[in-house]
Amino acid sequence: MPVELASPERREPATPAPPVSPVTPVSLTWTRPHLLGLEHLGPDEIVAILDSAENFVNLSQRTRKKRSVLAGRVMVNLFFEPSTRTRTSFSLAARRLGADTLDFTPGGSSLSKGETFIDTAKNIEAMGVDVMVVRHSSPGAPLLLSGHLQCSVINAGDGAHEHPTQGLLDMFTIRRRKGRLEGLTVGLVGDIAHSRVARSNIHGLTKLGAHVIVCGPPTLVPRNITELGVEVSDNLDAILPRCDVINMLRIQFERQRTGLFPSIREYARLFGMDSERLRKAKSDLLLLAPGPINRGVEITPEVADGPHSAILEQVTNGLAVRMAVLHLLCGQPTE
Amino acid sequence: MQILRITGGRVIDPVQNIDQVTDLWIKGEHIAGIGPQPGLQATRTIDATGKIVCPGLIDMHVHLREPGREEDETIATGTAAALAGGVTSVACMPNTEPALDSQAAAEFVYLQAERAGNANVFPIGAITKGREGKELAEIGGLVEGGAVGFTDDGSPVVSAEIMRRALEYCRMFDRAVLVHAEDLELTKGGVMNEGVESMRLGLRGMPAAAEEMMIHRDIQLAEITGGRLHILHVSTAGGVDLIRRGKARGVKVTGEACPHHFTLTDRCLRDFDSNYKMSPPLRTQADVDAIIEGLKDNTLDVIATDHAPHAPEKKMRELDQAPNGIVGLETLLPICVKALIEPGHLSWPRLIEKLTIQPARVLTIDRGTLQPGVDADVTIIDPNAEWTIDADRFLSKSRNSPYAGWKVRGRAHAVIVGGEVKFEG
Repeated sequence: MPVELASPERREPATPAPPVSPVTPVSLTWTRPHLLGLEHLGPDEIVAILDSAENFVNLSQRTRKKRSVLAGRVMVNLFFEPSTRTRTSFSLAARRLGADTLDFTPGGSSLSKGETFIDTAKNIEAMGVDVMVVRHSSPGAPLLLSGHLQCSVINAGDGAHEHPTQGLLDMFTIRRRKGRLEGLTVGLVGDIAHSRVARSNIHGLTKLGAHVIVCGPPTLVPRNITELGVEVSDNLDAILPRCDVINMLRIQFERQRTGLFPSIREYARLFGMDSERLRKAKSDLLLLAPGPINRGVEITPEVADGPHSAILEQVTNGLAVRMAVLHLLCGQPTE
Repeated sequence: MQILRITGGRVIDPVQNIDQVTDLWIKGEHIAGIGPQPGLQATRTIDATGKIVCPGLIDMHVHLREPGREEDETIATGTAAALAGGVTSVACMPNTEPALDSQAAAEFVYLQAERAGNANVFPIGAITKGREGKELAEIGGLVEGGAVGFTDDGSPVVSAEIMRRALEYCRMFDRAVLVHAEDLELTKGGVMNEGVESMRLGLRGMPAAAEEMMIHRDIQLAEITGGRLHILHVSTAGGVDLIRRGKARGVKVTGEACPHHFTLTDRCLRDFDSNYKMSPPLRTQADVDAIIEGLKDNTLDVIATDHAPHAPEKKMRELDQAPNGIVGLETLLPICVKALIEPGHLSWPRLIEKLTIQPARVLTIDRGTLQPGVDADVTIIDPNAEWTIDADRFLSKSRNSPYAGWKVRGRAHAVIVGGEVKFEG
């Protein structure tokens, strides 16, 4: 007989909010205080964020870009790991909604004096913070913080676990270009094992009905990833003709052990995207890359800058998605 | 001289094949006998009606942290926790700072245990100097100082050659070599079991194969040397099977299971709580089932806690930064009741065997039975006491337990060490 001894105190993942009719204001669909990952979100919650981001995309294109829905709110970027793009994107998103922002990058100072990361976050929160955007090299760090803080926590990337806003902006970019997510075949290529972007993409895309193929050398693709409902391949040329979208993941040189593939040259030959390989793809293939890309490794310059690529559009869309997330977590209901 | 009569309890002594409601008599520091003792006049009587009276529990896998990490635990606090858990003897692991690798270090443990005056403490010596895996420690001197076994626990002995020589050399003293089975290359940077859960959480995994390869290696080495091998904290189904097959062909190998490995799985890590982080890690339900099966068919001879205290500030960290280990002394009994007795996997006598005479045999210490003349270490268990585990009430210095909040049954009612009542619940 199996021993069933789950402690009664253990926190269960919150159940997704019930489906709502399209006329319900977006902010009523969203009841969560935090955004920690896409794994535990319901499809309707993801759609709510994407729909809300549509409004903010238009705002970005106006001359007068600011609104005041987050006036008086304070957002802190608490980045335990370096980042330029995501941090800047969150800052700009918050400011466009009228919030005050502050960057805190714990360097050698407090942490080397023995302060735990929880102490660090609590100290910052005590200054009066509404949203904390957390990046950390350890999986689960934002979730652990959310249990110790009163403010909202947004996961801006935790180790190889999740990077929900990146997953959302990838999905948003696909939906804008293709008009839908359901029924599309999306290839995630490269270092799946060490990629938080891969996990957030997989959870989000499969929830909204896309078919996901993960493709890379077996040393970079966990064998049991099929449990997440994806197809696994180690042959990019074979899957390329079936894909509507390819998301080229960056090799996580800083996160992986050495010796997972023989050389960058061989990796680029087997899994890099160049113009010649691109000829095997559908003519309307959409090419994404979460950046920063290693130019010449995952993707050649002419492809990165070519017509299939939506790399810069992803950055623009990232801003809209992050505005939507901030608004849902701590804004007033939409007027 | 005190003559203690424990009356009306269910006296269980697996060595003598006794399981009956009767009296247990203690004269001074020793067991006087079971059943009516016409020549004895009790100076004190303990009513044990409805309780189990058994040999004092022996936890052969405990980290007392002293010397070097007294902020986590001391010999005094660890042995107080032992008594509260019904444990009268602990064997302490040598991964202290400095390592317990000399006669003087072993004697220091006895001295501190005597000063504390709680449970008995038996030091386990390091196999290699400084636990560095390079050359054998002075095993003869350690035995002289009272070491009852040898291990580099916390780390494996990486060199097969040194492990071979340790198994051979320890034969001279009839001491077992206790192994922490882990291939460090395969587990480098690992945080939890490698599997579906580690893949989901983005945490680096430790494959079961890393443990099983070492168990396999060391059983082979025990076979060619004739040495006595004890596999600590077996956590995988494959490991259980290797021990089972080793025993079947006559290798002198014993196996140990820890309560967390037969109650919890790697799914518990979904909340990134470091109180579920230890080495070897929590595995899958199939492994849990295999360990219970191994306990039932005696492939796994011993239950021990791997009590590994860490001060709260050390455990309250990012999961991949937090140290390995959980405390176990004060939850040993009720967790065994919940996981093994209540579902009917083991009877009380069989459970008590694994908590008394079996570890005593591995360590060759003269305890674990209620035979007349042996030191009177006795645990009186209230098998029906219902309580909720509250880590804040532990006598251990540390609080790192995954069982906080569990509603359980079974608890130490009274604990007698060397004829003296040291704890009353």
